[in-house]
Amino acid sequence: MKFEHYGIGIAKGLTVTIRHLFRHPVTVQHPEQRLNTSRRIRGNELVWSRDRCTGCATCAKTCPQGVIQIVTSVDLVGNKYEVAKYEVDTGYCISCGLCVESCPYGALFMGYAYERAKYRRNELVQGKEDMMLESGKKQPSGYFYPEIARELPRQTLLVERITEKA
Amino acid sequence: MMLKTEPFVLNIGPVHPSTHGVFRMRATLDGEVIIGLEPVFGYLHRGIEKLAEERTYGGVIPLTDRLDYLASMSNNLAYVLAVEKLAGISVPERAQYLRVIMAELQRIAAFLIAVGAFINDCGAFFTPFLYMFREREKIVDLFEMVSGQRLLYNYMRIGGLSQDVPDEFFPALDRFVRQMPAFIGEYERLLKENEILLARAKGVGILSQEKAVNCSMSGPVLRASGVKWDIRKVDPYLVYDRFEFDVPTGSVGDCYDRYRVRIEEIRQSLRIIKQAMEQIPSGAVKSDVPHLIHPPAGEAYAHIEAPKGELGFYLVSDNSIAPYRCHVRAPSLMNLTTLREMIIGWKIQDAIIIFGSIDITMGEVDR
Repeated sequence: MKFEHYGIGIAKGLTVTIRHLFRHPVTVQHPEQRLNTSRRIRGNELVWSRDRCTGCATCAKTCPQGVIQIVTSVDLVGNKYEVAKYEVDTGYCISCGLCVESCPYGALFMGYAYERAKYRRNELVQGKEDMMLESGKKQPSGYFYPEIARELPRQTLLVERITEKA
Repeated sequence: MMLKTEPFVLNIGPVHPSTHGVFRMRATLDGEVIIGLEPVFGYLHRGIEKLAEERTYGGVIPLTDRLDYLASMSNNLAYVLAVEKLAGISVPERAQYLRVIMAELQRIAAFLIAVGAFINDCGAFFTPFLYMFREREKIVDLFEMVSGQRLLYNYMRIGGLSQDVPDEFFPALDRFVRQMPAFIGEYERLLKENEILLARAKGVGILSQEKAVNCSMSGPVLRASGVKWDIRKVDPYLVYDRFEFDVPTGSVGDCYDRYRVRIEEIRQSLRIIKQAMEQIPSGAVKSDVPHLIHPPAGEAYAHIEAPKGELGFYLVSDNSIAPYRCHVRAPSLMNLTTLREMIIGWKIQDAIIIFGSIDITMGEVDR
């Protein structure tokens, strides 16, 4: 290919690159600086409410991976189902959130946390006690629950952090 | 004295950064010139079409995210359109507009990666790629806001969307739409007239108009060859017939034209988003559809204009809760069929550019 003035296009491109030297960085230093995640984040854990769950197992039927295990027994005194076992293997969970959407009693939430790496695979299996909302240790995310989402911190958006004109 | 020469077989891939995933090109070389090419794929086969047969109609949506993982929203959209056609479900107006906005944002994000990766293959090592990733990050932020995840959105549902967008979505989207043209101008200054890019991409890997049509190419690759074919125009789905936009076409059908068409497509997508933001009505985003649907026995095919081309889902129902058969018409696979014709006769370094200009995702090719 023949060019009339070789190098003009490259010089034009370099002005763009040089201008980037005077811009604020768009990245953050992660463990020290943290951005707020989405209020609806589908984190890799589930939060389960002991008081609201009736043991109907709609979540287990909806789960595309089939990782929710529920065992119920009949509580004759209280005339209701007692959830004896509620177990999720989060290693197989794809965090699709369909179980949360399907729950008719609002007893299941996605978790707000996302740094959930474990050393052993069997530690990924979450039982009733690990997921319980009532224990107060778990923060549910606002996925499918707008009233929880309103309480959570606002998501940091890159589109708002870049202010100058290009 | 004549030296005895013989063709040399070179394996490019399957684990090579320029093969965009796990793709293998078995090239036969005469010196530096490629005289034969055999594409080998199947390294990322996960059996998604078969898995879909044992899941409920709603449970297949997270699987479609994993086909073309750079354009999850488009995959979701094509699948739910097929199910809605099969079961005769209507979608509220607001959900249709939001679907258009999401699909167009996804197109912009996918084109940014396509152009960035193509320029990367040309030798501009990662500088333009990361400039484009910065703009994609803004779109991903918006998707994270509405769906809760950054790559596998799983946002569309049969009969609408999983939930309405939060209040802070439209101000942020408005900001993005106003900012974006300036950044496109930046990419143009950076690369449009770059002599190295022109020398390497102009006239390389020409795909003639006739061959592109005969090989059932679609998307930017077809349009770069000069065929004005866009599913949004020729078979409008959702509310695309209410928007005004152009279909950009190339003239020669070389790698440079494919790059130009993609940049132009970003501008057109921004135009559609602007119009959709003005017209969007308020109301519900999901019609009343039960969790388990039993579509009547029959078949349906729905196709959309995905970033890579025509993405279609073919579903057969036997009146049970799961599809009897699910077939994906993947644009990446179809566009790969002309790879051999485009590459033969060019040198190894050109093969990398030609392959990059088709823009494929291996998750979709192998399924």
